[in-house]
Amino acid sequence: MELFKYGIKQAREFIQANNEHFLALQRALVERAGTVDKKVNAYVSFSSSKLPTSLNQLSGGPLHGVPVSLKDNMCTDGWETTCASNILQGFIPPYDATVISKLKDAGAYIFAKCDMDEFAFGSSCETSCYNGRNNRKKKANASATRNPWNVDYIPGGSSGGSAACVAADEAVCSLGSDTGGSIRQPAALCGVVGLKPTYGRVSRYGLVAFGSSLDQIGPFTKTVYDNALLLQVIAGHDPKDSTSAHEPVDDYLATINKGVKDLRIGIPKEYFRFKIREDMPEKELMGNEGLDYDVELRIREAIKVYQNLGAKIVDISLPHTKYAVAVYYIIGTAEASSNLARFDGVQYGLRVYADNLREMYFKTRDEGFGDEAKRRILLGTFVLSSGYYDAYYKKAQKVRTLIKQDFDNAFQQCDVILTPTSPTPAFKIGEKLDDPISMYLSDIFTISANLAGIPALSVPCGFSKNGLPIGMQLMGKYFSEATLFQAAHTFESATDHHTKRPAL
Amino acid sequence: MSTGKYEAVIGLEVHVQLNTQSKIFCSCRNRFGDRPNANTCPVCLGLPGSLPVLNRKVLESAIKVGLALNCHVAERMKFDRKNYFYPDLPKAYQISQFDMPVSAKGYVDIMVNGEPKKIGITRAHVEEDAGKLLHEGIKDGSNVDYNRTGTPLIEIVSEPDMRMPEEAYEYLTALKAILQYLEVSDCNMEEGSLRCDANVSIRPRGQKEFGVKAEIKNLNSFKAVARAIQYEIDRQTDSIEEGDTVVQETRLWNDAKGVTTSMRSKEEAHDYRYFPEPDLVPFVISREIVSKIKATMPELPRERQQRFVDTYGITVLDAAVLTQEKRLADFYEETVACGSDPKAASNWIANELLGQMKQRDLTIATLTITPKAMANLIQIINKGLISGKIGKDVLGEMFSTDKLPEEIVKAKGLLQISDEGAIARVIDEVIAAHQKSVDDYRAGKKNALGFLVGQVMQKTKGKANPALVNKILTTKLEA
Repeated sequence: MELFKYGIKQAREFIQANNEHFLALQRALVERAGTVDKKVNAYVSFSSSKLPTSLNQLSGGPLHGVPVSLKDNMCTDGWETTCASNILQGFIPPYDATVISKLKDAGAYIFAKCDMDEFAFGSSCETSCYNGRNNRKKKANASATRNPWNVDYIPGGSSGGSAACVAADEAVCSLGSDTGGSIRQPAALCGVVGLKPTYGRVSRYGLVAFGSSLDQIGPFTKTVYDNALLLQVIAGHDPKDSTSAHEPVDDYLATINKGVKDLRIGIPKEYFRFKIREDMPEKELMGNEGLDYDVELRIREAIKVYQNLGAKIVDISLPHTKYAVAVYYIIGTAEASSNLARFDGVQYGLRVYADNLREMYFKTRDEGFGDEAKRRILLGTFVLSSGYYDAYYKKAQKVRTLIKQDFDNAFQQCDVILTPTSPTPAFKIGEKLDDPISMYLSDIFTISANLAGIPALSVPCGFSKNGLPIGMQLMGKYFSEATLFQAAHTFESATDHHTKRPAL
Repeated sequence: MSTGKYEAVIGLEVHVQLNTQSKIFCSCRNRFGDRPNANTCPVCLGLPGSLPVLNRKVLESAIKVGLALNCHVAERMKFDRKNYFYPDLPKAYQISQFDMPVSAKGYVDIMVNGEPKKIGITRAHVEEDAGKLLHEGIKDGSNVDYNRTGTPLIEIVSEPDMRMPEEAYEYLTALKAILQYLEVSDCNMEEGSLRCDANVSIRPRGQKEFGVKAEIKNLNSFKAVARAIQYEIDRQTDSIEEGDTVVQETRLWNDAKGVTTSMRSKEEAHDYRYFPEPDLVPFVISREIVSKIKATMPELPRERQQRFVDTYGITVLDAAVLTQEKRLADFYEETVACGSDPKAASNWIANELLGQMKQRDLTIATLTITPKAMANLIQIINKGLISGKIGKDVLGEMFSTDKLPEEIVKAKGLLQISDEGAIARVIDEVIAAHQKSVDDYRAGKKNALGFLVGQVMQKTKGKANPALVNKILTTKLEA
């Protein structure tokens, strides 16, 4: 196997404190990125001169010598962090995000920073300022990240670069962030494993905030095993993040091989278009009209795999699912409008000069933010406005509680919930960029987990007719990442979807 | 106005900086006067990705303040974001408390013209301070100093219970005393550690509904608060008398000109878009913590005043003066502890010492006279070693020396003359020199005595024991 194809497990076994091996792996990845990133455009900030030249420069630890690529919304000390926005061009943080410190303490190093939708607003990576049409300097030829399986297609988003670099084998692993599906959806669309941990499991300190009550950082990897390894390193309480949990971190690898015998897998009817199993009650179509037929087929097959492995399939209902997108676009944009107010040209990043302060604010924010960011800032500002707060923000918070209760009830009957990750495989570049609602619906299956704060993972479960990856989502109880890894690893071991790689 | 057709309705919003070691949401030093931006970090600079973590000490101080203001301390509190743009606010929102303040529904006791009154406290909540814009010496722009950003503040909002500027003045004085007793703030208006905005409206006497209020900002002293309120009452009264209406607006006090001017109208007011701060989870304030803090509460000004009256037998008025500032009250008690008679100490400190300090522009914080020296002064006066009059001069000397009064008196030869023979000799000289006054006295003009006593005192440089002088002189004149 070529070195660049290595995941974390293989990389660790290969390096074993051997500096030659460490350098060989790094060289292989640099060369690979040099070849494929011209097509994939996963990296926005990559420089071999920034890479460590010896293992001695790194701490020892479970990831000793392992390179990690990062979504460009995680603050890296001395390394430009832009959130793929014109407004943050030139912003070099003076500190590392907690996840970065943890990675470094574990012996890992930053390999590159990845493209994303601007401030994580999007599901296709197309709102990135590195996309020619959004670039302030009009680099018209520039392209945002493309799907390694077919470069005419989007990689998903917002963590599109983080997913694509792993799928394209120009990274061993990466980190992304997930506010409404931004890890799971691109993981599904690029055919890799992506996890959104329980809210509070991973510190948000140093993650440029989008929706503070929804955001979580999580790993993209080539296998479920690797995902568990990487989460093990970044999880845990952080005194710098008041919303990070004191809950002890499980030993994820200890239970990963336990299998799924007698595991109760819930299938929520609201997530499907047709009945899932022959023996389900006939009375209704399940009604999710946006669900692609190929996706539905692959999920049905996955359910069969689980049945054959001894899991118990349980029909469940999550009745408030239909409100999730609406609730999400109120709470998420409200928080975003406030979180993004600090980008005002005063301290860092872009400043467009003007005669007075007001004009400077207007011009800087007008030129610095792309259309989707402006759309969300406007929406968020509106729902928080005096006179509208109760009707929108407050109402949405109440519905959010109902959505949480749906999950509490469902988890009385089952241990994990299985759904499609995304209603469709990857769509074509440009197909939905000017149709925000249709773009927003790409996250219809992933948003609920963020609203409830529960962990959810996407694992490859096959391909569409035209060869694009399809992902299956597993959602679990609070802090049940170990169970998700166990279920996903068992599925992965029984199938070969994860072994397939795009031809680049 | 206190007379006439209209009645004023006054409410005050007071911001107090807490004197915790570190800032409210980060571990930066909380200190006034350092080099610009010396005390900053990613959190108080609001850098992307940074997150706030509440300083426990701030919560403790806030609970103390709540208890001292007779408030109900909340079982649960949360923080909210107050959104607005300004260069001194690096996150473009202030972390504050909107609908779940740490404490609410309390009161402060004040005395106005000898009458007690309770001023209601609507709420006292915790929030962060903003930075400071520096304009001086900068062409085409301003600089920002973020040292103050993240300084913990308590905002204390009163009920609209005050009716006169004097009440506002007394309320602020009482509030400041309480906060100083709690040792939670320096309450220094010049350094901005205590700031006050006033809401003022007027209404026809007897009317229950409030009039339209103006919020007055830029009040830099308690006196300015009282003056600005009086100005605003007069302005609004004139306005209504002339048939105009008062508009709801924010006005700025100009202390030099003694006027308020419009800053922004209600229409221009910000919509702050408050919403719960998602980076800080709601806090449960356990009753155990509240009782623990309650148990460690220091004696407050009112309690101390009452104790002074009960223990030392001094007047309520003197006790009020002595307890207004904690350090002054401490000074008094230490003076008594050094052996001074409590009543004499009260007289000397509340009247003479404070008067002389005022002349010298000193505060109790800058006073160098020790309680031991003060007690010594009172003792030698009480023993009759010097007269009260000489005592006042000795006190004057004490501001610039650390010698004890008895040493000053010895060195300057100021000891009182109580030797009857010596006094009689001087009196004889005076009688001989002022025969006319002696004749006047004997003819019935009793006030000639004062003149003769004065002459004796002059000749003895004030050192003669006044009681003895009177006694011997009278005896000789009437002989």
